[in-house]
Amino acid sequence: MTRFQSPFVRICWYLSLAILAVPFVFPFLWMLSGAVKSQTEIFSPSLSLLPQTWHWENYAEVFRYQPFARQYFNSLYIAVVVTAGSLFISSLAGYALARIRFAGSGLLLLMLISALMMPEEVTIIPNFFLMKWLGLMNTHMPLILLPMFGSQGVMATFLMRQYFTALPPELEEAARMDGLSRFGIFWKVALPLSRPALAAVGIITFLFSWNLFLEPLVFLSDIELFTLPLALSNFTDAYGLPLWHLQMAATSLAVVPILIVYIAAQRQIVESFALSGVKG
Amino acid sequence: MKDTAIRPPLTLRTRDALVGWLFVSPITIGFLIFFVGPLVAVLGYSLTEWNLLTQQSTFAGMDNYADALGRNPEFWTVLRNSLVFAAGLVPLNMALALTLAVALSRPFKGVVIFRTIFFAPVVTAAVAWAIVWTFLLQGESGAVNQMLALIGIDGPNWLRHPDWAMFAVIVTRVFKTVGLNMILYIAALQSIPRDYEEAARLEGASGWQVFRLITWPLLAPTTLVIMVITVVGSLKVFDHIYLMTEGGPENGTLVLAFYIYEQAFEFFNVGYAAALAVILFLLIVLLTITQVILKQRGGER
Repeated sequence: MTRFQSPFVRICWYLSLAILAVPFVFPFLWMLSGAVKSQTEIFSPSLSLLPQTWHWENYAEVFRYQPFARQYFNSLYIAVVVTAGSLFISSLAGYALARIRFAGSGLLLLMLISALMMPEEVTIIPNFFLMKWLGLMNTHMPLILLPMFGSQGVMATFLMRQYFTALPPELEEAARMDGLSRFGIFWKVALPLSRPALAAVGIITFLFSWNLFLEPLVFLSDIELFTLPLALSNFTDAYGLPLWHLQMAATSLAVVPILIVYIAAQRQIVESFALSGVKG
Repeated sequence: MKDTAIRPPLTLRTRDALVGWLFVSPITIGFLIFFVGPLVAVLGYSLTEWNLLTQQSTFAGMDNYADALGRNPEFWTVLRNSLVFAAGLVPLNMALALTLAVALSRPFKGVVIFRTIFFAPVVTAAVAWAIVWTFLLQGESGAVNQMLALIGIDGPNWLRHPDWAMFAVIVTRVFKTVGLNMILYIAALQSIPRDYEEAARLEGASGWQVFRLITWPLLAPTTLVIMVITVVGSLKVFDHIYLMTEGGPENGTLVLAFYIYEQAFEFFNVGYAAALAVILFLLIVLLTITQVILKQRGGER
């Protein structure tokens, strides 16, 4: 524990951290506050976080204005599918790249690494025509396939490979003696040992999918098929101007569950991100 | 074992090769279809004159590149904006990340709370962050301007003002992403042995000297990684621009990633947009190569 030289230093320390924290905390508070204010109060010059009158019906209005429950479900199931699929594909490939010697593996690894940093914007135009040709426009398939096999999937594979590389080889030899096949070793020995890496990759992949914006924007046109990021900015009046009370209520509904999970599993989540950053 | 009597069993090596390729086949096939293929295709598109509305595509050679680099003044605005965005965001982000990391790398009462706070925007959807900040930055009734009014400052309409829009987008983007860099710096700081600092302290070095002569040089590899991640991240910023300014006002925040989207999916200039995508690709390749070179040079020292 750091000892502060004097109470004065301690006060200054906490005060400056608190001031620095304002732009990180206040947006969330203002969002929650705006969500229960009336449309008129939102435009009144007041910095009060508590509304004059509570308008909980804003939350109900969100569901009447758009098929919000449906959109919420879309985001959730897509993120789950992408995470599960990505975990399977990336751990399988990561295991092979780390533990099996086969011709071409070095080249493949190099190819994958070089794609780590490529933004989706570079390949989005051909992918648009590819999806059109495959008849997958206005479906959720592009939102599932592109994160799984694009740079996010590559990142997952790379992280899994890094983890498997560090496992002691004796474990496999013992399993081989017991007559396990390669897949058996992977499934029964390596995978259970890699839970921390799976958790990290799972968390990052889930959030990546949950927050995805460009792909839904390009591939979806049917409001029933929208995902949350696309739906959030869609609460506008007849002139296209944002209905802030509804936008804040909808955004709160999208953000708060994630924040609760984040606060509960803070350590695990932060470490997952640290892992993905250290790769470079 | 009848089988083995007729056909010699596969050697371990061949079997390993088969299994290896079997294991990597899903990601490899998907990667070829949804990444490598499109990468080659975008190069091809960039050499055509292709308008989505007329459905006509003709070979155009380097015309799209000539358009970008010469004939279309908009491109240079976009490139300049992207550079301004990166030049503003990267130093601000890294300086703030390092400051926070130094402050929060040692335990004190409440340190976890502060770390949790500064990292929270990282797990929040960029879209949500951009929407809430757009709300905060409204001209008259916006909370930011109301706060400024308390100390007697008459704030502008941040996102609609040509001089301030870029600044506002950069700063809000820094708040969104700085937590990640902070965490990376904290991890690096905590891996530096305490003995170094204590030895230097015994020699009579001041806190600042310890930081400048010991901590900062030891952080160099982390700084390099963070810098590349942050520069690349700043080049691909899309959500913030799309939601907060739509490239405006007066093209003041029109950056490359948004420009590609706009040209391709709003104006349907597929060939031109593809050429822009190739330019973005080359920029990122260039950055990655620079990183490798810098890393090697650092390793030699």
